Amino acid sequence: MINELLFMNGYGVYVLSAFSFTLLSFSALYLITKVQFIKEQNKFVAKFGSLNSEKAKSAKSQRINKEILANATNN
Amino acid sequence: MFKLFHPNRIFQITSKAPKYILFLFVIVLSVGLTEALILSPEDYKQSDAVRIMYVHVPAAWISLGIFSSITFLSISGFIFKNKNFFLISKSLAPSGFVFNIIALITGAIWGKPTWGTWWAWDARITSMLILALFYAMYLISWRIYENEEKVFKVTTFITILGIVNVPIIKYSVDWWNTLHQPASINILSKSSIHPSMLFPLLIMTAAFALFSLLIFLMKYNTELIKIKNKGLDRL
Repeated sequence: MINELLFMNGYGVYVLSAFSFTLLSFSALYLITKVQFIKEQNKFVAKFGSLNSEKAKSAKSQRINKEILANATNN
Repeated sequence: MFKLFHPNRIFQITSKAPKYILFLFVIVLSVGLTEALILSPEDYKQSDAVRIMYVHVPAAWISLGIFSSITFLSISGFIFKNKNFFLISKSLAPSGFVFNIIALITGAIWGKPTWGTWWAWDARITSMLILALFYAMYLISWRIYENEEKVFKVTTFITILGIVNVPIIKYSVDWWNTLHQPASINILSKSSIHPSMLFPLLIMTAAFALFSLLIFLMKYNTELIKIKNKGLDRL
């Protein structure tokens, strides 16, 4: 059964390499995008942490900034 | 109406959605792979080589769909002076490009056992390669131009030029005598593909669409945070 599945009437090498290439591309794109996201999120948290209390209060008045900080602490 | 699409409003949804989309993608992909590799029948002519269709065709469809969406959004962004449309386009492009490359590579792998060659300068294959070049130009433009107005103009121009190629890709198999087979699935007329092969193809298309949505959301959130980082610098 396993041999049949892998051999695929002699086309296994073509079929499995096409599927493997697709899944590898998916994994690479997902990882690259995730790393970019985390990098920007960490940059945001670091910048926010360096603000004085008045500026931090003003920045926190924006809902999106609060959301970014909340997500960063959840991750 | 465009206020509904304001980043501040939609970040609440886009920041939470990826984990649910990823979960759904894994489930749909697992079902799709089982159908495509195990349960679907082999073709009477191509035998098991036909299974490559389940990754090749959805990748080609989605790369064409994404490029068309990018063009529509870029032109709309230009007409309505809405930056968010450009941001959405920019976030869609990486997955469109990767799907285009997958379609080309899996097409080459499929070509070897069925046509006896990895590559042919056939109208369909060449026009898909040209689409990949337009995707590359689009993505490079976002990297090289600093000025926002300029990058909006250049990327819109690239998409307008590139969209001319999309109907050429679609109809190349009808207009020219190509090595590539004509379409087996038609929305307006009867499809020549058997339901036992159509079902896994549609499942795999759904999985690929979910993956492009996942990458789009992650990329879009990254772009929004980048903008907010610049905003913190100005405080």
